[in-house]
Amino acid sequence: MTEFTFWFIITLTILSAGMVVLSNQLIYSAMALLSTLFGVAGIYVFLWADFIAGVQVLVYIGGILILIIFGIMLTNRISSVRLSQTNVQQGVGGAVAIWLCILMSLVISKTPWFQADASEPVGTVAEVGTLLLTKYLLPFEAISLLLLGALIGAAVLSRKEN
Amino acid sequence: MNDLNTYLLVAAILFSFGVFGVMTRRNGIAVLMGVELILNAANINFVAFSRFGGMNFDGHIFALLVIVLAAAEAAVALAIIINIYNNMNTINIDEASSMKE
Repeated sequence: MTEFTFWFIITLTILSAGMVVLSNQLIYSAMALLSTLFGVAGIYVFLWADFIAGVQVLVYIGGILILIIFGIMLTNRISSVRLSQTNVQQGVGGAVAIWLCILMSLVISKTPWFQADASEPVGTVAEVGTLLLTKYLLPFEAISLLLLGALIGAAVLSRKEN
Repeated sequence: MNDLNTYLLVAAILFSFGVFGVMTRRNGIAVLMGVELILNAANINFVAFSRFGGMNFDGHIFALLVIVLAAAEAAVALAIIINIYNNMNTINIDEASSMKE
């Protein structure tokens, strides 16, 4: 059952990622992005990262995806034909992407990765919180400042001039 | 399921899709979706290496920082795209190529 769920999630993620970049309707792309992000959250659960999975659902699906859909609706009339969009230079892009994928697969399968045994942790929130406020306190504060600056910048940029 | 290579391959495929989207999409928002795919692929790698490298939590911190960066990037990028739309009435990035109206 676990095995089946795992492969189901992997398939869902990859298929909907393909739809994100191939679909002709922008809204369909956004909906496919939703299931891709959910699939990635599922992969995090299989990797014992429950906190990251929760943050993925909250921030990516609850925040970034909503922002993207707002962006689509603000820049298109929802009933207009312009909402559909086509890809350009699919041949070159596809060739480069497939070449990249093959190259990375070769590298991944040929490299003897360092692996260490580990037991499944009971919960990861406490460990992540401790690390954030001790070893990674400076990056944590820096990223907070960056987020604040970015949000103020976004508000200033998108405000109507008068 | 308990194999590092599976996760790395999934991340590689996601990354390739993202690169394909960034290169071929004309709509600015669709390009942004490709960037999100790339960031997610990187995140899967971080968490996978932390899981198979002896459950080291440093990878989780990196994944969190990447998610925050993605949020900041999406907010600023969408503000810029909406500005481009107001000024040029299109968000196709090959048409909006002039720096000045």
